[in-house]
Amino acid sequence: MLAELRPALIITRREIRDQFRDWRIIIPILVLTVLFPSLMNFTAHQAANFVQRYGATAVGDRLMPFLLMVVGFFPISVSLVIALESFVGEKERHSIEPLLCSPLSDWQLYLGKLLAATVPPLIASYIGIGVYLIGLYRKIGWTPEPDLLVQILLLTTVQAVVMVSGAVVVSSQTTSVRAANLLASFIIIPMTFLIQGESVVMFWANYDVLWWAIIGQIVVAALLIRTGVSKFNREELLGRELDVINLRWGISTFWRAFIGHATSPFDWYQKEVFPTLRRLNMPLGLIAATLAVGMVVGAGQARVFVLPADALQLENLGKGFVTGLEAIRFFSVENVSAVWLHNLRVMMLATVLGIFSFGVLGILVLMVPMMLIGYFTGAVAGAGISPWLFMLAFVVPHGILEVPAIILVGAAILRLGGTLAAPSPGKTIGEAWLQAFGDWTKVIVGLVLPLLLGAALLEVFVTPKLVPLIFGGR
Amino acid sequence: MIVTEGLCKLFDSFLAVDGVSIHVRAGEVLALLGPNGAGKTTTVRMLTSVLKPSRGWARVAGYDVVEQGAKVRAAVGVLTEQHGLYGRMPAAEYLDFFGQLYGLNPASRGKRVDQLLEKFGLQNVRRQRIGEFSKGMRQKLALARALFHDPPVLLLDEPTSAMDPESARLVRDSIRDLRSAERAIVICTHNLAEAEELADQIAIIRRGKIIVQGTPKALKETLLGPVEFEVRLGSALNGRSPQVPAGVRITAQGTDWFRYHAIQPEHANPRLLRALLEQDVPVISLHEIPRSLEQVYLKAINHAYETMEVPDAR
Repeated sequence: MLAELRPALIITRREIRDQFRDWRIIIPILVLTVLFPSLMNFTAHQAANFVQRYGATAVGDRLMPFLLMVVGFFPISVSLVIALESFVGEKERHSIEPLLCSPLSDWQLYLGKLLAATVPPLIASYIGIGVYLIGLYRKIGWTPEPDLLVQILLLTTVQAVVMVSGAVVVSSQTTSVRAANLLASFIIIPMTFLIQGESVVMFWANYDVLWWAIIGQIVVAALLIRTGVSKFNREELLGRELDVINLRWGISTFWRAFIGHATSPFDWYQKEVFPTLRRLNMPLGLIAATLAVGMVVGAGQARVFVLPADALQLENLGKGFVTGLEAIRFFSVENVSAVWLHNLRVMMLATVLGIFSFGVLGILVLMVPMMLIGYFTGAVAGAGISPWLFMLAFVVPHGILEVPAIILVGAAILRLGGTLAAPSPGKTIGEAWLQAFGDWTKVIVGLVLPLLLGAALLEVFVTPKLVPLIFGGR
Repeated sequence: MIVTEGLCKLFDSFLAVDGVSIHVRAGEVLALLGPNGAGKTTTVRMLTSVLKPSRGWARVAGYDVVEQGAKVRAAVGVLTEQHGLYGRMPAAEYLDFFGQLYGLNPASRGKRVDQLLEKFGLQNVRRQRIGEFSKGMRQKLALARALFHDPPVLLLDEPTSAMDPESARLVRDSIRDLRSAERAIVICTHNLAEAEELADQIAIIRRGKIIVQGTPKALKETLLGPVEFEVRLGSALNGRSPQVPAGVRITAQGTDWFRYHAIQPEHANPRLLRALLEQDVPVISLHEIPRSLEQVYLKAINHAYETMEVPDAR
């Protein structure tokens, strides 16, 4: 095993030595390792003193772990630059070809480069954390809980691996560093979301959530490494011409995936839409299960955040309820289009977020309404009202169309976002993504739009009239 | 050493290499000629086991390029079209790095670094960064890298491009030495004079297909016809045709010269000289009309010979 690793380590050693010959890498690392932690140290100290004057010691207490995370993260952000330079830069300068002609196997070359891009920023990050902690200990005697320190170290490590392995996937689509930097937004944007989420967790001080972030990122890193290994091979590296923005090719690939060989709308449903649904079997099941879990989680929260009893007097929803809605012109075509467009906006938001987060954030957006349904169902059950009747009155009439639409769009988002993490043999990632986008468009145009229109009609004209019929005068 | 049969490479719907069959023995040099984009580099990449053939097979140094890729790559020294050197690395360190990749021990690496830097005149710049090297120096360093692990097979893409005449001579001499040391060598080049000087076999490739293949002599005969000789005379012919022996056919003549084709020139030429002397025709010189590989190349490339049969290479 060690003998197999040795060639990879030769690559790592050379690249690290080369990095230390480049002042453009050394200076940021030095700044982020020594100066930045000292600055954060000073900031933490000053902020803690400031908030203490107003009795807000909790803010100071939470600021220090938060800055610990920030100090750890900043140096590893350099790993993205190093990785793009190492993987795409070598392609661009053609220095990769002599390496490909050597007896190295693809995975040895991949591992060597992965380590070279990950290890120096990580070491800088650990040193930065050390500088920050020593400074804080000497100034105010603050030390983190051992659990938290382990979490931060693990989080930092796994984030570096995610960024580098993501950079490899991005690199596989380009032959110039410039183009790779543009595509790196597929890494930077999700990482930004993630850091924002982690920041909330740090101020919330519910550090157990960090374990989920660590586990989630380990899964993402594993998926990205799998894709990276499958794309980082001699055939893909030298056998394809990339970087040519071929709009015509892009449109025709998408169009083929969207329309296929259909000759009429009926033919399209038969040959394209339904077979796509069969291909989406697994994501459909996964999304249905995830939404169900969302409902259960929402129902559980009803016990934590209890609604006041007067908010749940459903027996008061008599005929006046409908009259009131009529008075505000609720039952109108405009309202149908407003509901329809609102739902569409949510689907689009979920899609955009899903594209940049392997589908995860998109699914979270879609889980929100299900969690709310679960929450209110749990709340009414807690108030002694039948949850089944509640569902029947408020959810089922339009949900019968809306929930399948959510599941369908969720599955298409998962496929679209997951393309980056799931290698498609014989296809570039761009090609696979365009085909997944074709599938997403088929699902949206062929099924989701009509289903949501039907749901909006039912939500405006049927649901409000059923509610008093079921609950009125009870 | 290098045997391929019907080697093809398909990129999506583009057939880059179409049924290439070559055979290069130890101690032989094959020059692969052809216009840009003809498929030379793709062929070399398949022989290096960097790209997998879509059809056909190839064995290099006794190893199958698909099944035994790592062994093939260990047995091959490659000079790539783009040298791909690391600009921030010193020359000696660069060679040592590749020595490590090929599994050489530190002692032999050190010795080899010295040998090759000395051979290519780079010893005094061994600690200099490659980024500061001239084009020719980079070319020599890249060649040193290809030779570093002393491979039995060499695949050299444009080995003397960007070199001054002295360095190019040095490299050509090195290639000749390697051929003498029983290496099998494939050279891709646009330098036809160099190909003619070094190659035992020539293969002209166009649109992925080998259109002609053989020894330089065989190719000249096949494509340009039999050898033509010219006799320069000491006096004018005054419109008369000299009496020539059987087996000699005059093809052109001027006031004091004529050209001819000869069947078996080793017998016909002495007979012709004797006949001319007997006729008191003073002879100043008799020489073969030189025919360059360039003529062969242009003739082959200009469509007419696309369908011709491949002559015997030996």
